[in-house]
Amino acid sequence: MGTEKSGRCCSGAADSTVEKAAPDVKRVTGEITFANKWDHFIARWGYDRFGHRVEPGLYSIGAPNPESPVFVTANYTLSFDALRSSIEGMDAYILVLETRGINVWCAAGKGTFGTDELVGWIEAVNLKDVVSHRRLILPQLGAPGVAAHVVKKRSGFKVEYGPVLASDVPEYMKTGKATAEMRKVKFPARDRFVLIPVELAHAAPIVLVVSVLMFIAGGWLAFSGVVAAAFAGLVLFPLLLPSLPFYDFSVKGFILGFLAAIPFAIAAYFGGADIWSRSGWAAFYLLFIPSVTAYLSLNFTGSTTFTSQTGVKKEIYAMLQRCSGCL
Amino acid sequence: MFDVSIANTLEYFPEKCVNCDMCIAVCPHEVFAPGDRVVTLARPEACMECGACAVNCPTDAIELESGVGCASALIWQAIKGGDEPACCGGEEKKVSCCC
Repeated sequence: MGTEKSGRCCSGAADSTVEKAAPDVKRVTGEITFANKWDHFIARWGYDRFGHRVEPGLYSIGAPNPESPVFVTANYTLSFDALRSSIEGMDAYILVLETRGINVWCAAGKGTFGTDELVGWIEAVNLKDVVSHRRLILPQLGAPGVAAHVVKKRSGFKVEYGPVLASDVPEYMKTGKATAEMRKVKFPARDRFVLIPVELAHAAPIVLVVSVLMFIAGGWLAFSGVVAAAFAGLVLFPLLLPSLPFYDFSVKGFILGFLAAIPFAIAAYFGGADIWSRSGWAAFYLLFIPSVTAYLSLNFTGSTTFTSQTGVKKEIYAMLQRCSGCL
Repeated sequence: MFDVSIANTLEYFPEKCVNCDMCIAVCPHEVFAPGDRVVTLARPEACMECGACAVNCPTDAIELESGVGCASALIWQAIKGGDEPACCGGEEKKVSCCC
């Protein structure tokens, strides 16, 4: 591939149009290899947190020509791989922005998947010379960071928001529009489930330390009490989220933690020793375990798809008020 | 009851709306719905303050405060002071923050 603007020639017609494009258009396929899957798996466990990325810039999939669509995504491998595997079989360009290994929605919220970033990359890859149209297809969840009308003004390219999920892109391209369903973000069990490993990985050191300390203070029962509180907050809570009563996460978590604490309180109360020690420990479990679970549950607000910053702030304030009320 | 967290700062000014429907296209929770002359605010309580609508409204008919919503970052900010809670990936070196 060279940069000279060759005229019509050669038998490889597709090659000659690609030659006119920016010289460093990287080719990809839609294939997801075992290495890709392993990368996704360890990313989900929080390993090498910001290292799951691809080079930003312009990619081609299939054999695109100047009329082919241009999709835009983040340089996080899970985002990039979701898109290219969904458009396998298409001839298209993929413009990858530098989001430092962060997914589209989070990067959009922070501004790295943003107007400036997009306009900058359009220029950097000479997109105007690569395609003859002026259309970009962005994931809908890039919208918090991208002002479509500003991108149009500054770059000449019109931003179209495609569906939320890459898997809906083929349907979107076929019909030319996104249905209301495609534009909704839900939070089904599977999506909640895949968030658990990274929470566990991050909490593991602290849980270990605290449970060992509790073992010294109260033996195996205290040790397992800590583990149970962590398990309730980090594993059960995400799974049971929609089934738990009330709206506030800390309240849901407290209820879940209280249920988890009951067997420990019972075991402590009937566990020999004098009445003061037994009652003390029982009361401790009934207070400590739900508090830990409530705290962990409140922290899960940051991993959901529907909590608001204002709501979380109010809940923190309310929780502190409730806590100081009972103390 | 126990629903203090259903709260947001979303404000819609229908007099500024030009019915371009961008807010409807970008909203992940169907907060807005098509209307006759202007867009209607169908489900304000569902707003999560992502900001997509306000950013994409060409006539500034929508205002809200958006930002990092993760509890640990907010608690940490409340303790440390400062105006912007850090978020993971905001700066390369600051990997810790909420997580």
